Amino acid sequence: MRNVYLDYSATTPVKEEVLQEMIPYFTEKFGNPSSLYDKGLESKEAIDTARARIGKLINADPKEIFFTAGGTEADNWAVFGTADKLKEKGNHIITTKIEHHAMLHSCEFLEKQGYEVTYLGIGPDGRISLEELEAAITDKTILISVMMVNNEIGTVQPIKEIAAIAKAHKVLFHTDAVQALGNIPIDVKDLGVDMMSMSSHKIYGPKGEGALYIRKGLRISNYLHGGAQENSRRAGTENLTGIVGFGKAAELADIHFDEHVKHCSELRNYLVERVLNEIPDTHVNGTMDARHPGNANITFKYIEGESILLMLNYLGISVSTGSACSSKSLEPSHVLSALGVPVEMIHGTVRFTVGDFTTKEDIDYVVENLKNIVEKLRMLSPVNAQKGW
Amino acid sequence: MALYNDTVMEHFMNPKNVGELENPDGTGTYGSPVCGDMMQIQIKVEDETIVDAKFKTFGCGSAIASSSMATSMIIGKTIEEALALTNKEIINELGGLPPVKVHCSVLADKAIKNAIYDYAQKNGKVYAALEGYDPNEDEDEHDHDVPEEE
Repeated sequence: MRNVYLDYSATTPVKEEVLQEMIPYFTEKFGNPSSLYDKGLESKEAIDTARARIGKLINADPKEIFFTAGGTEADNWAVFGTADKLKEKGNHIITTKIEHHAMLHSCEFLEKQGYEVTYLGIGPDGRISLEELEAAITDKTILISVMMVNNEIGTVQPIKEIAAIAKAHKVLFHTDAVQALGNIPIDVKDLGVDMMSMSSHKIYGPKGEGALYIRKGLRISNYLHGGAQENSRRAGTENLTGIVGFGKAAELADIHFDEHVKHCSELRNYLVERVLNEIPDTHVNGTMDARHPGNANITFKYIEGESILLMLNYLGISVSTGSACSSKSLEPSHVLSALGVPVEMIHGTVRFTVGDFTTKEDIDYVVENLKNIVEKLRMLSPVNAQKGW
Repeated sequence: MALYNDTVMEHFMNPKNVGELENPDGTGTYGSPVCGDMMQIQIKVEDETIVDAKFKTFGCGSAIASSSMATSMIIGKTIEEALALTNKEIINELGGLPPVKVHCSVLADKAIKNAIYDYAQKNGKVYAALEGYDPNEDEDEHDHDVPEEE
């Protein structure tokens, strides 16, 4: 059976060059980077190389990159580290309704501790309103956190403008760039962000590795306490192989950036065009301007997403859905809710994300099968275009 | 490793009794697309026995599979027997569902009840199991308040 993976925003395979770079650090080059003998220094050097490669991808000084165990830890550190550091100054945080749960649930936790959180909504284009953001700032605001690219609908936020507003009000600004990294150009200096979360496994690196960019001169409280790793900012023996892999993946993302974006957006556009033209009662959620190059979020009216997912899976195709039925919490997608998509349509929403290994033949295979699946499920459905919901 | 067992997948991929009857003796619906699951069941009754049943379902894999299974189970049963059918029996016949999905099969027994209620109303029939039954009652049994895993 053909295998077509269209869930690159969930995770990506580790690229062969990345794996090859990692392998020696499991076996021969296994030294603890904190050790002072050659074997340790060799590992430390590998980490420095990785740090420099990630710095180059986002135009940061390598000293501003702090490795974490993934995007979630980076988000948690940014929020809790800022909340603790600035607890004398204030207790108000501004974020959005469409953040990743790593941010939303961290903020909810802080609310229980007495912090106040403003969750900004989004417009039909998927972006926050800058006026609304500015109006939400009070003298108690200590942090603004807005994700760069949304994981479900792929829409890009006006980060540079948000950073300027934060700076004008002397409020720290953090952005979750997990989906953005390697997919849209990022220059932290030009954008003016104070902190930025990144993840390795979304850019063809290994899972369990990430980083938090912290602007030079900014000090937030530590989140993990222990040894003096990461310049005494993040304790714990470094995930050496993970860091080496992340570094290599970042280097490849930097070198192949243009062709990656071109490849993904062409295939994504081809997928969207064929689905919208060949399958009735479908629409794309979120604007197609300024969007993650690989993301297509499509609603198939009158049917339910988990059923679509299961039938595609049966044919070797991997996608994800915003349907409540597919989530452990049975809650429909909070992002599509914030976008104003009616709940019955959220249930029928599928996210397709293409990546470097996707081919045009893959898309053809998916669309041909999708046509049959949607037709079959609509035959099964008590709601349809004639009867309405 | 799969989300559903083979029996559930078979009833999902190749559901039985899909569609609508030409002259149904009773039609019942339950749920709504807003909840994520909606099911319609129609029955044909002869001499107090359900001789045919058809369904249409908007919903996830387990909702479709349990619709297929439930309609298969009531065909050939008397009205009284069909009214006694429980979710548990439907789930057992499917070989089990993931715990988080158990609510989906609630649709089937409610939709069957509603179809029989419709039949009873149209034909002036009275069944002990339907005494005080309100097909439009709050759908609180079909709630989605499953505690999230920490």
